[in-house]
Amino acid sequence: MTMNNQGRPTKASDAMETNVNTFTGNKALMIEEALSFEVGDLSGSGVDLPEAKNKTNRLGGLERNTDIGLPGLSEPEAMRHFVRLSQKNYAIDMGPFPLGSCTMKHNPRLNEKVARLPGFADLHPLAPESAAQGALELIDTLAFWLKELTGMPAVAMSPKAGAHGELCGMMAIKAALEARGEADKRVRVLAPESAHGTNPATAVQCGFKVEAIPGDKTGRVDLEALKAKLGDDVAGIMVTNPNTCGLFERDIRAIADAVHEAGGYFYCDGANFNAIAGKVKPGDLGVDAMHINLHKTFSTPHGGGGPGAGPTVLSDALAPFAPLPYVFLEDGKYRLVETLHHAEAEDSGETLGRLTAFHGQMGMFVRALSYMMSHGRDGLKQASEDAVLNANYVLARLKTEMTPSFDGPCMHEALFDDRFLKDTGVETIDFAKAMIDEGYHPMTMYFPLVVHGAMLIEPTESESKRELDLFCDALLSLAKRAKAGDDVAAFKAAPVYAPRRRLDETAAARHPVLRWTPPQQAEAAE
Amino acid sequence: MRYLPHNEAERQAMLKAVGVSDIDALFSDVPKEALNADFNLPDHKGEMEVERSLGAMAAKNRAAGAGPFFIGAGAYKHHIPATVDHIIQRSEFLTAYTPYQPEIAQGTLQYLFEFQTQVAALTGMEVANASMYDGSTGCGEAALMARRITKRGKVLLSGGLHPHYGAVTRTNLELVNAKVVQSPMDVDASEDIISQIDDDTACVVVQTPDVFGNVRDLTPIAEAAHAKGALLVAVVTEVVSLGALKSPGEMGADIVVGEGQSLGNGLNFGGPYVGLFATRQKYIRQMPGRLCGETTDAEGKRGFVLTLSTREQHIRRDKATSNICTNSGLCTLAFTIHMTLLGEAGLRKLALLNHEAACRTADALAKIDGVELLNKSYFNEFTLRLSKDASEVVEKLAEGGVLAGVPGARLLPHRKDARNLLIVAATECVTDEDIEMFSSKLSEALS
Repeated sequence: MTMNNQGRPTKASDAMETNVNTFTGNKALMIEEALSFEVGDLSGSGVDLPEAKNKTNRLGGLERNTDIGLPGLSEPEAMRHFVRLSQKNYAIDMGPFPLGSCTMKHNPRLNEKVARLPGFADLHPLAPESAAQGALELIDTLAFWLKELTGMPAVAMSPKAGAHGELCGMMAIKAALEARGEADKRVRVLAPESAHGTNPATAVQCGFKVEAIPGDKTGRVDLEALKAKLGDDVAGIMVTNPNTCGLFERDIRAIADAVHEAGGYFYCDGANFNAIAGKVKPGDLGVDAMHINLHKTFSTPHGGGGPGAGPTVLSDALAPFAPLPYVFLEDGKYRLVETLHHAEAEDSGETLGRLTAFHGQMGMFVRALSYMMSHGRDGLKQASEDAVLNANYVLARLKTEMTPSFDGPCMHEALFDDRFLKDTGVETIDFAKAMIDEGYHPMTMYFPLVVHGAMLIEPTESESKRELDLFCDALLSLAKRAKAGDDVAAFKAAPVYAPRRRLDETAAARHPVLRWTPPQQAEAAE
Repeated sequence: MRYLPHNEAERQAMLKAVGVSDIDALFSDVPKEALNADFNLPDHKGEMEVERSLGAMAAKNRAAGAGPFFIGAGAYKHHIPATVDHIIQRSEFLTAYTPYQPEIAQGTLQYLFEFQTQVAALTGMEVANASMYDGSTGCGEAALMARRITKRGKVLLSGGLHPHYGAVTRTNLELVNAKVVQSPMDVDASEDIISQIDDDTACVVVQTPDVFGNVRDLTPIAEAAHAKGALLVAVVTEVVSLGALKSPGEMGADIVVGEGQSLGNGLNFGGPYVGLFATRQKYIRQMPGRLCGETTDAEGKRGFVLTLSTREQHIRRDKATSNICTNSGLCTLAFTIHMTLLGEAGLRKLALLNHEAACRTADALAKIDGVELLNKSYFNEFTLRLSKDASEVVEKLAEGGVLAGVPGARLLPHRKDARNLLIVAATECVTDEDIEMFSSKLSEALS
């Protein structure tokens, strides 16, 4: 055996040459991956199917006689393609994902396992009731948990995501106003300036006009300003609580009372329910409708942008206007009501119709119920408390170098603005992109709109103290570097250690290329 | 509690660092009477106990794969390659957020770009978005989009449109006081929808294969619609059919919406599914939902970003084209993987197998006394008129282990003439033994 008598570098920096250009553009585990269309061809396939036995054709003379243009990949090629793509993503399983208002918490794999039980995953939505008793039982059980946790008497289960739940709630409000004969008169909906964009978009989709409620100096709804805007033309308000500044609306009861006195309804955006689940029942606060993002509060995976689920709880005043379908228990059997069987009931306008073809996001229901049962009453309370504790811990540690927008304490997320970056040449986006090089997904940036250069940090209960300390250390160090003003260029250039440097979003929008085109076609088009 | 990392000592240390003595000090803004409410719920449970409870519920359902299965009407039982479920469970896909930071989300963005390309090619359209919740909500959004483009009020719904799609579309449109004209149930594709198109018509919504299974020629409807300045919205609830049939784009559709569940996604008792939404390039700024586009990074390398977001709620708020935010992310990945594994060759073969299975099933059932096949054309689904109430027949067959199809009354409960209708789907999963058992149980039930 020969010893290495040359010695070797003992520090990484001695061995490392930066900015090496490779022949392929690949860098070790960072592999450049072509589009599947550039790899496969029209004859390629990764499935083995039997030949059709006979060639009967009853397609009415409308059979396809052109190529579709879809290449296929064999199984190993496909596996490698998608695994390589996966490695270009950041994910909550890799590290903190502190997106404020988005609630990126741990996704337990038990939930994935039970959602894949054939009795749920391989069950047809139009299977006879007798073949789906367990599924209806699960929906009814989840509905019970949601009603109990919110203190509300009814829940519409079918909304497919948070914004769809908003639609459900606002439609119920509109239907209730119609039943009162006031729908033509009550056309205004009030929502704070700090609201999620979905709130005004939803109100407009329901035919309402939206007006902003001004905020006060503490980051909350200005109660007096709200009262001044109320009148007999107001259908309702849409208020997020805890709000998007990460603060609990202290005057929530007074807000609800004022709206009710004026004859309107209170829609609560439940996106931040994870701060108070198991601690506070929104029903005790005067809420008439609230959607629950199962993919936030109850940890069904975000999956790169969906699917979500947005069951919407309703007060006694709005419950009669819930959409179809719904489940109830009768003589020991679960029944699924998909239609109003009496013509007179259909004409009465009770229920607001149908939001989706089937019964909602069953796959998400199973995961959410698994999460709830795992936590139980005690665990849900503890999770909310830990989420709030973690956010306040981050707030306490970061306020020495960064600028919190409002006086604490906060709820489950901590809001900072860009005052600490004033005159440094570094902007919120540069600070966020520099976090990527430190190995973190950035926080939510430039939202809410009510503070300048917003940075909204939501650690969730899933982060350990050690992970939070590392995270805070990194941010404090970045803040100090930004203020020192030595390497503005480095902030502007970030990220460097990512599969891509900053991408030109302006060019993407100016000349939209939304699909791959074969090279010869692309050339011909130019 | 296994999901919560802190121990009590750490919690105390953190409370101290925050400067409060107990956790409720951080909840001081909550009205006192509402804080720490009572909940009538059980305490936490271990994995084993949760799995046992939920497993018991799952066991009370009859899975599609448990025996002869012929239910369709908007959701279809297909074989999903094992690779699909493995890849979508990778942490980097499963536990990522919406790709708002594109530098560290190229995996998600690139598959969305591939998905959009696949959907555009399948539907015969120029562009597709990154998904809707499902086919039915996409249908409602398409009608709203047609109203924005044409600035007209009226929407015509074909009598062959899935009744639940019609209901969703009506629910959406009535909110903005649009006029919706629903054509009556059209079992044999004989309706004259063309004569109803007028100068106030924003769009005609036609499904093919329709809910009764008929393959519809959209070309004359598209021509008539365009002659009046209206749009044709084509609906496809069985995306596998596009492997065998002319695409809606070829037949002149302006917007194509579809249910993509058939590729990569399980039945899941109705969701999550994946809504397909495709249109002409000239309408992209009126589209709802997320769009992924190609661009370059600071080093000139190709990369992908979410684009044209000035249409969307998080930028445009009350002026957005739709309120949609979260869509069907992971379901689009399942679709993309399955489609990539099939390729053109595989999809065409799969479509032929489906058609063949349906032809064999229809031939076997049509021989039975008391059964009349109503379709002149079909892909993998057709409608029978039985001599008895179809709901009762379906229940009886379910007792005998055959899930026979969807009774007309389930979808059209107010139509007396739908009571004896049975909508039957047959996919590549159906075997000769399944067909034999279905035939014998059906003839027993009808005798």
